Amino acid sequence: MNKVVTVFLILFFVSFFSSAQTITVCKDCNITTLKEAIKNATDFDTIIVKQGTYKEHNITIDKPLTILGKNYPVIDGEEQGEIITIVSDHVTVDGLFLKNVGNSYTEDFAAIRVIKSKFFEIRNLVIEKLFFGIYIEKSKFGKIINNKIIGEAVEEYNSGNGIHLWYSHDLDIENNHVQNMRDGIYFEFADNSTIKNNVSTNNLRYGLHFMFSNNDVYEGNTFENNGAGVAVMFSKQIKMINNVFKKNWGTASYGLLLKEINDAEIKGNTFEKNTIGINIEGSNRITYVNNNFSNNGWAVKVRGACYSNSFISNNFLYNSFDVSYNSKINDNLFDNNYWSNYTGYDLDKNGIGDVPYRPVKLFSYIVNRTPETIILLRSLFIDIIDFSEKVSPVFTPDKLLDNNPSIKKIAW
Amino acid sequence: MVTIENLHKKFGKNIVLNGVDLSIKEGGIFAVLGPNGSGKTTLIKSVLGMVIPDKGTISVLQKNIKNSSAYRHKIDYLPQIANFPGNLKVKELITMIKDLRGKTTNDDALISLFKLDKFLDKKLGNLSGGTKQKVNLVLTFMFDSPLIILDEPTSGLDPISLIHLKDLIQAEKAKGKTILITSHIMSFVEEISDEIVFLLEGKIYFKGTIEQLKTMTNQSDFERAIATILTDNHA
Amino acid sequence: MLKILKYSFFDLMRSRWSYVYFAFYLLLGIVLLFLNNDLSKAVITLMNIIIVLVPLIGTIFGVMYYYNSKEFTELLLAQPLKRSSIFLGQYLGVSISLSMSLVLGLGIPFALYGLFNSSAIWDFSLLIITGGFLTFIFTALAFNIALSNENKIKGFGYAILVWLLLAIIYDGVFLMSLILFEDYPLDKLSLVGTMLNPIDLSRTLILLKLDISALLGYTGAVFKQFFGTSFGLIVSFSMLIIWVSLPVMRIVYKSKRKDF
Repeated sequence: MNKVVTVFLILFFVSFFSSAQTITVCKDCNITTLKEAIKNATDFDTIIVKQGTYKEHNITIDKPLTILGKNYPVIDGEEQGEIITIVSDHVTVDGLFLKNVGNSYTEDFAAIRVIKSKFFEIRNLVIEKLFFGIYIEKSKFGKIINNKIIGEAVEEYNSGNGIHLWYSHDLDIENNHVQNMRDGIYFEFADNSTIKNNVSTNNLRYGLHFMFSNNDVYEGNTFENNGAGVAVMFSKQIKMINNVFKKNWGTASYGLLLKEINDAEIKGNTFEKNTIGINIEGSNRITYVNNNFSNNGWAVKVRGACYSNSFISNNFLYNSFDVSYNSKINDNLFDNNYWSNYTGYDLDKNGIGDVPYRPVKLFSYIVNRTPETIILLRSLFIDIIDFSEKVSPVFTPDKLLDNNPSIKKIAW
Repeated sequence: MVTIENLHKKFGKNIVLNGVDLSIKEGGIFAVLGPNGSGKTTLIKSVLGMVIPDKGTISVLQKNIKNSSAYRHKIDYLPQIANFPGNLKVKELITMIKDLRGKTTNDDALISLFKLDKFLDKKLGNLSGGTKQKVNLVLTFMFDSPLIILDEPTSGLDPISLIHLKDLIQAEKAKGKTILITSHIMSFVEEISDEIVFLLEGKIYFKGTIEQLKTMTNQSDFERAIATILTDNHA
Repeated sequence: MLKILKYSFFDLMRSRWSYVYFAFYLLLGIVLLFLNNDLSKAVITLMNIIIVLVPLIGTIFGVMYYYNSKEFTELLLAQPLKRSSIFLGQYLGVSISLSMSLVLGLGIPFALYGLFNSSAIWDFSLLIITGGFLTFIFTALAFNIALSNENKIKGFGYAILVWLLLAIIYDGVFLMSLILFEDYPLDKLSLVGTMLNPIDLSRTLILLKLDISALLGYTGAVFKQFFGTSFGLIVSFSMLIIWVSLPVMRIVYKSKRKDF
C-alpha cells in the first residue's frame, strides 16, 4: 500500500515539474528585463537572470516562479520605488543584488515585499542602498535565508527596517545579516516563527524589535552594538536560546528589553558589556536558565511588577550591578547562580556557598534615585553602606536571596 | 669671616635671639658660651642656614647667606648630637659625605688617628655614643674648609681622643683657619680659645679674650668669672 | 638631588619596611591569582584594594620615613646642598621605593601567571599606573604633614586623618550632597567633586575601564562626553599630575622656611 502511494507521488511530481520551462534573462538574450520574463513565464517556470545591471523597479511577481540570479545580477531600482513585489504563492527569489530602493515619507518602499502569499523563499539576496529591506505582510509558510542587508541609516525618521514582518506566521528566518538599518529585524503580529543564526548589528534603534508575536523561537542570533539593543514586547510563549546580546551601550540601551512578556524561556544566552543586560517590565513566569551575564552595567534590572520569574544556574560575572529593583517587593526566585561578587565561603565543600547571596545592593537603589551617584561606584564608603544594608536590609527586598549560590562558574 | 647684624629669631612666643651683632675675624679660635637656652645652637645653626632668621643678615666670607647653599662648601660643621641614619655603615657614611661634598684624602689618616678601622663595616645604629662622636669628628675634619664650626665637640670622648681633638684644632688654627666652638667644659674652652663670645638672653653680653673677662668680673678664675656673670644677672 | 635620591632610595631598599610592603603585595598577588584562578576577578579585587591601601601605606610610610630620617636630614642640611634638593630627593626616594615594591610585588605573581600574554595586561598596567600616582600623591601629602608638625604623634594623627578623610569621609559627604541636591543638574558637580579627591580620581580611571557599561547609562551630556570619549582619561591624568605637583611644590616652599 505504501509503495503504491510513493510511486503515485513520484509520478505526480514528475509530471508537475516536467511542464516547467526555464527562461534566461541577459543583456544579449531575447529577453532583457525581468519584467518581460515574468510576463512571458507560465506557472512554475524558472527565470535565470545572468550577470549584469538591470534598471527596473515595481517588478510584480504574480505567479508561482523561481527567479535565480547567476553571479549576483544587479537590479537597480534607481530610487523610483519598490523593486520586487510578490503577490503569488510558491515564489522563490534567489541570488539577486538589489539596490537603490526609493525613499518616501508616505509609503514604506521595500527592496522585496511579499503580500498575502504562502510558501515563498527569499534567499541569498544582497540588498544595499535601501529604505525597507524584506517586507512580509499577511503571509505564511515562508523562508528568508542567507540574505545580507546593508543599510546606511543615520536618522530614525527616514530609515526603514531590515527584515519586517507584519501579520505573518510560520516563517523561518535564518542566517541573515542585517546592519545599519533602523530596526534590524521587526516583528509585529508574527507567530510560530523561527529566527535562527542571524546577525543584526549597528542598527539605529533595535537589533530586533518584536511585538504581539507569540510562540516564536530565537536561537543562535547575535545582536551587537544596536542603539537600544533588543526589544521584545507584549508576547507570549517565546523561546530565546543561545543568543548573544553584546555592547549595547547608552542611556536607554538594553541587551534585551522585556515588556509584558509571559511564559517565556530564556536559556543559554550571553549578555555582555551592555548598559543593562536584561530590563524586565511587567513580565511574568519567565525562566532564565544557564545564561551568562558578564561585564554589564546592570545584569538584570527589574522595573514594575514582575511575578514568578525564576533565575536558575546563571553566571553573573563582573557586572557593576547584578540585580536592581525599584521596589521592595520580590516574587522572583534566584537559585543556584554563580555570582562573581559573592564573598561567602563553602566550608562543607559541596560547591554551594554556605551564606546566601544578596544580589540587590543598597547602592543600586541609590543610583536609581540619584543617577549621578554612579560616580561613587566602588568607593570604600559605598562598600561600607552596602555591607550594612546586607546585614540588615532596609531599602532593598529583604527576601531577595540566592540561598544556594554556586562556588564555581556554572558550565552547561 | 662671619658678620652677623641685628639677628632676631623666635620659636613661637619664645624669643631666642634678640638682636645679635657679631663679627668674627679670620683666623683663631672663638668660643660661644652661655647658659642653657641662651641661643648658642640657634646662633650657630643660623650661620649654617639651618635656622632661618626672622630679621637680620648673616654674611660668611663677605657674602650674604640668604637663599644660598654653596657657601657651606667653606664650612666644616660638627653637629651637637651625632645622630646618623642607623641603616648605614660607617664606611658608607664617609663615602656618602665625600660624594656629596667632594673628594678628600684626609679621611684615612683621621680614621687611623681615632682607631675607627674596625668599626668601618659596622652599622651606625650599633655604635656607642663615643664612637659615633669620633665618626662625627672624622666627617668634620676630613675636609679642608676655612671655617670650622664645632657644637659640643668633646661630648662622649675618652681622654686620648680628647687630646687628639685638641691637637687637631690647634693644627687647623695653625693653618690660619677660623674655628667656632660651643662647649660646656670650661677648662676646655679656657685652654683652647683665643676669644670668647658670651650669649645671654638672646644678646651678646660679652665679647673679648678670657683675660678681659677676668678683668671685667674681678675674678682670677675663668669658671668663676662666668659664674659671676650668671649670678649678677639673675640677682 | 639625584645623589640624595640615590642614598634615600638605597637606605630604604635596605629597610625592613620595604620588604614588608613588598612581601605584602607579593602575597596578595599570589593569593588572588593562584587561589582564585580568575584573572578578571583578581584584577577587580586588586583595584579595590589598591585604591584604599596604597594611599594609607603612602601616608604612613611617608610620615614615618620623615621622622625617622630626621638625623640624616640634619646631617645633610649642614652640607652644601639646596634644601629643595634634600627634601625632593628624600621624597622621590620614598615614592620610588614604594612604587617599586608595588610594581614588583604585584608584577612577579602576575608575570608568573602569564599575564603578559593575556588581554588583562591593560587592566594591570592601569592598576600599576594608578597605584604609582597614588603613592606619589600620598607620600607628598605625608611629607607636607611631617614638615608642618614637629610632634611625631601629631604628625601620625594627621596622616591617618587625611587618609580617612579622602578615602571614606569625603565620599560620604559627597554622596549626601548629591542626594540632597538631586533636584538640580548634578553631572558637573559630581565630576568636579571627583577631581578634587585623588582617590576618587583614581577610582574614576578604574571605572572607565571596568564599569563603562554602567557609566554610559547615565543621561547627562557632560558625563557622556567625559566617560564616552578619551576626554575623561586625559582630564583624569592631568588632574593626577596636578595632584602630585601641588603637594610637591608645597614641600619645596615649606622646606625653605623651616628651622631645624
